[in-house]
Amino acid sequence: MKLKEKPTWRELPFACCIPEPGNSVYYKTGDWKTLRPVVDKEKCIKCGTCWIFCPEYAFEEDEYGYYNPNYDYCKGCGICATECPAQCIKMEEEVVE
Amino acid sequence: MAKRRGIEVSIAIAEAARQADVDVVSAYPITPQTHIVEHLAQLVADGVLDANYITVESEHTAMSACVGASAAGARVFTSTSSQGLALMNEIVYLASSLRTPVVMALANRSLSGPISIWNDHSDVMNERDTGWISIFANNGQEAYDLTLMAFRIGEDRRVMLPVMINFDGFILTHVIEPIYIFDDEEIAGFIPPFEPIYRLDPDNPVTMGPVGVPDVYTEAKKQQEVAIRESRPVIDEVFEEFAQRYGRRYRAVETYRTEDAEVVLLAQGSVIEAAEVAVDHLREQGKKVGAVELRLWRPFPFKDLKEALCGNTIKQVVVLDRCISFGGQAGPVMSEVRSALYHEPKRPMVVGVVAGLGGRDIPLSDYVKMFEIGEECLRTGKEPGEEPELVKIVGLRE
Repeated sequence: MKLKEKPTWRELPFACCIPEPGNSVYYKTGDWKTLRPVVDKEKCIKCGTCWIFCPEYAFEEDEYGYYNPNYDYCKGCGICATECPAQCIKMEEEVVE
Repeated sequence: MAKRRGIEVSIAIAEAARQADVDVVSAYPITPQTHIVEHLAQLVADGVLDANYITVESEHTAMSACVGASAAGARVFTSTSSQGLALMNEIVYLASSLRTPVVMALANRSLSGPISIWNDHSDVMNERDTGWISIFANNGQEAYDLTLMAFRIGEDRRVMLPVMINFDGFILTHVIEPIYIFDDEEIAGFIPPFEPIYRLDPDNPVTMGPVGVPDVYTEAKKQQEVAIRESRPVIDEVFEEFAQRYGRRYRAVETYRTEDAEVVLLAQGSVIEAAEVAVDHLREQGKKVGAVELRLWRPFPFKDLKEALCGNTIKQVVVLDRCISFGGQAGPVMSEVRSALYHEPKRPMVVGVVAGLGGRDIPLSDYVKMFEIGEECLRTGKEPGEEPELVKIVGLRE
């Protein structure tokens, strides 16, 4: 159940409870970032360190074993770029068109 | 049948919590605590009460444990006073906003400094806007009865709010009074099982108390405001059912000899009984005086108060506050009573006095003085003194 974007006080669940677990996926935090991680797949060794360290679980493994950031949720903290042993992740300026 | 017996008021309140069959009690046993939780700890230790008694390291944690237990679906009771309540303050707000119907017996006492835990209403007035239902008892019997009713009111699915029952520290908590204590069978059934709307349950996870972003917070607060206002008919219903079953009737606003009164004293808590003695004393001298008790503090009984004070013979109300609003208008009760009457076309004048701070006794002569202040206002049409805004403290050494 996705809450209405702007619920009235009558539509808000009792005591502001969230009766559905895991609904934070509806809340896209990706627009917070000023820097975005960009993975250089030439250098990537598919170790998954970025996936382990990402506090937002924003890395997703693809069918070839590479880990790609999901920009809908990545807040741009840069932990992945710092931790990557192959130094294949660069933080680039987020540009909103 | 209930037997009337001599019992310490604190113990009677603990007995009410036992008879309500509480599941969890959490409290911190330091001064200014009372015998209420001590007796409950004994009952749990003796196996008389099947409840979880959670000992904690502070009052802040005591209220946190209460909120958590209530969120898990337990019937929860706690008791505190004075600085203990002040330390709880942060979580007191959470109990009401999370809609956890914790019942708190609040032995009203002063706040430091200078260091004091004697009786006045500084502690409860500090919690005025926390969103709890707040009811005053003026003797031991009322404190016992209202503690039982608090569970019925707070846990009602139309309410789901925490309730604090106020009774004067020391003056009530530490004295032995004759109180009708129900036989357990007699009160059984008065308080149905607690059925929360949401509960913490690993098999059906919910999130309680999430972040309220600016887009949501205002709506959440409106919901809470509507909830406490809508508790009023339930409070009346419970008072009525209690009266039907047990013969003792409680009202949001109580009056004493106000039928043809011109000057009335309005107060809360045990002082009202002393004020009634003063009324009798002045009536014997032919003075048209009466007393009004503001029993229900939150939700504020606007309609009842107007019915009691407006459109009748009452011309002057003297409000006795047991707490100072520093740099403001006497005390919170006076300023609320006066502004509640503001729009009434035929309203009495309202003057505020402060007395009985930090355990100071209020003798009969001081009640007489309060009525005299009221009569002077009535005679002159204004408040006495060169600076009418100055807090008028009765019983002060000048």
